Amino acid sequence: MLIAGRALLIIALLIAVYGVAASLYGARSRDDLRGRAWVASGRRAVYALFGIVAVCFTLLEAAFLRSDFSSELVAAHSSTTTPLFYQATAIWSSQEGSLLLWVLLLSGWSSLILLLTRRRLREIAPYATAVLLAIAAFFLCLLIFLETPFARSSPVPVEGVGLNPLLRHPSMMIHPPMLYSGYTLFTIPFAFAIGALITRRLNTDWIQTTRPFALGAWLALGIGVVLGARWSYLELGWGGYWAWDGVENAALMPWLIGTAYLHSAMIQERRGMLKVWNVSLVLAGGILAILGTFLVRSGILSSIHAFGASTLGIPFLVLIVVMIVGSIALVASRARELRSEHRLDSLLSREAIFLLNNLILVALAFVIFWGTFFPLISEALTGSEASVGPPWFGRYVAPLALVLVGLAGLGPVIAWRQATASNLRRTLVVPVGAAITMLAALLIAGGVADKPAALAMFCLATFVVAVVAQEFWRGVQARRAMSREAVPTALFSLVRRNRRRYGGYTVHVGIAVLLVGVAASSSFQDVREARLSPGERTSVGGYEIEYVRPTASIDVASNGQLEKIDFGADLRVRRGAGEATGLATERSYFPSSDPRLGPVSRYFEGEATSEVGLQPGLRRDLWTAISPDIAGLRPAIERGDRVFQQADSLPEATRAAALGEGLRGLVRNYRANPPPATFRVLSSPLVTWIWIGSLIVFGGGLLALWPLPAAARSRATAPAPSGLARAPR
Amino acid sequence: MEALLVLAVLAVAVLMISAPFRAGGPAHSGGTESVDRAELEAERDAKYREIRDAELDYRTGKLSDEHWHSLDSGLRAEAVEILRRLDALDDGRAS
Repeated sequence: MLIAGRALLIIALLIAVYGVAASLYGARSRDDLRGRAWVASGRRAVYALFGIVAVCFTLLEAAFLRSDFSSELVAAHSSTTTPLFYQATAIWSSQEGSLLLWVLLLSGWSSLILLLTRRRLREIAPYATAVLLAIAAFFLCLLIFLETPFARSSPVPVEGVGLNPLLRHPSMMIHPPMLYSGYTLFTIPFAFAIGALITRRLNTDWIQTTRPFALGAWLALGIGVVLGARWSYLELGWGGYWAWDGVENAALMPWLIGTAYLHSAMIQERRGMLKVWNVSLVLAGGILAILGTFLVRSGILSSIHAFGASTLGIPFLVLIVVMIVGSIALVASRARELRSEHRLDSLLSREAIFLLNNLILVALAFVIFWGTFFPLISEALTGSEASVGPPWFGRYVAPLALVLVGLAGLGPVIAWRQATASNLRRTLVVPVGAAITMLAALLIAGGVADKPAALAMFCLATFVVAVVAQEFWRGVQARRAMSREAVPTALFSLVRRNRRRYGGYTVHVGIAVLLVGVAASSSFQDVREARLSPGERTSVGGYEIEYVRPTASIDVASNGQLEKIDFGADLRVRRGAGEATGLATERSYFPSSDPRLGPVSRYFEGEATSEVGLQPGLRRDLWTAISPDIAGLRPAIERGDRVFQQADSLPEATRAAALGEGLRGLVRNYRANPPPATFRVLSSPLVTWIWIGSLIVFGGGLLALWPLPAAARSRATAPAPSGLARAPR
Repeated sequence: MEALLVLAVLAVAVLMISAPFRAGGPAHSGGTESVDRAELEAERDAKYREIRDAELDYRTGKLSDEHWHSLDSGLRAEAVEILRRLDALDDGRAS
């Protein structure tokens, strides 16, 4: 299997290199049959590449599911005690496996776009094929020469190290494929933009064709980012969902640029304007997608020295420099073809709002870029790392986000080309009234006046929701006036025929709801750290929490091996005069495979994870995590180490049984004489609305992504003279 | 077994990409539209969408009667111009 895997990777590289050459050669003589045959061959190289990489991936997946520890990768990232779902998904927890996943997804999406465009974009597609295959070839080189997933273990271990316990969470297993789908989908418009620049075919055709891929990239990246936030909230034991960590930022930057592009591309489609801007956004999105992979995989985020030690840092840097220099050179050399066909008619138009929204989104991406790279720049220049934390990001991101939400409300009520002040006033009456009502209600309710940013966000979000509700209502009324349909039918028909518009509006509502959750939970969160013994209480945000009793258990995997030891607590929670409810939290200790650790202490010195206790609610979440104090167990652990180190002469089964009994004794001891434990307790308002808002965003994104019915797409009411043009195909 | 798998995959891949080297291979799949036509059709579709959007903007109160009529007639004239260019392409091909 390992030899076959390596051989297939080499064949995949040869196919990719051949495909680049065939596509470029065919593109130069595409008007004759011979040239077209070379172009078709280049395209089929992409299909073949996808097939070969899929076989490689399947081979590796089978090794994980069989717990084949002759594979170095399986031994390092899985074990017989790892649950089946995590065995199947552990492949992308490793550097090598995730790079293989990257190539698999890239070749899959590339195959799809080339299949869809096999009779279209005839001039652009061969160059796009070459770019896509060149990027695939780069990753294949990494997989063959630097980070092979098919290395053999020597000697073959009896048991694997297992999946990092922190990653044993369903959302963390779906998170990487979503992020990588986003990154690889962004390379599709990037490649076609390069093709369009080379061939000087810079009209709307390539934008329309690649739009579903840009939207798909935006959607996948967004889902990946939210899954990462959810994992952080539930698994990392600090109670937050966003820490402005470099890896999070790496995914957020292309998402922001993608959001800007999805708006500005509409202006080019309609007016032939912003061509330089759009092509620059697409190129930046593609480069940021590679940069995101680079940030995660090169080790540069931990330290510039880690980057030097990484085998992947320099190759990625070279690729990124080539992409940046090549993109700038191409855009500069096509300045004439990229000139706008029209000018902005009015500052009071949807085009102007979109332009402003683009500037804000790019500014946000720049702030995040600067905050992410500042520690590295600082370390490179001064030798000491000066990091910027959440307050720094908040200082710049919060005001930009407020403006963005305001624009998300303003955009839908302004007409394309030129709006009149009187119409605008009329359409703004209800939404502005709703926002003012919300402001008054919040000020009367009290407690928000000292948080002006949160207050502004609540009012602006109300404005957005009111605008979109009004748009839906007016659209339904217009539809009913024309067709006399019932309200539900009219709503369905309206949305079905205008999916981009109403999908976009839905996304605006989702973003507003999500940001309300962010503003509320970050501004009005109550946090308490309390060291409690059983029977003691603490309070936070109106909740009273009592530490009722300790819990302690040993989890054994299906093969009889010890998987983890859990120490936790049962809590009783009461809010005001309400009924008391139960809540449980625990800390899980996974055994380390470090042979230098003692036979007992290895069960307490490995990775530890938190199982948080969570009472989610639409108004607020009560969140808690325990940090048991196991210092009191240390003497018993050390005594156990000494005893079992001297028990080498015992038969393995006897020794294992005795060790198991010893560990059970420790657990019983913890339950009988529980030491005080530290509890981190948070009362966070409206966190649930972050997840609800995200679902609304993704629902709206899917709606906008769904293709229009053929009738709606081709319906032309233009009174064309008879004989003008054929019906669109 | 491993060698067989590699050879089988290699054979399929070579078969897929080797058309230019084979006499009588499928040099070109028919039905390819001209690049100019495809671009014009993309422009036409965008213009249709713009006409529909302007109408929806009008019906949802974002445009006045006067403004919409002037905008709509301008957009339709632009659409007709694109259709004329498409017809001209077809005429050129027919002649």
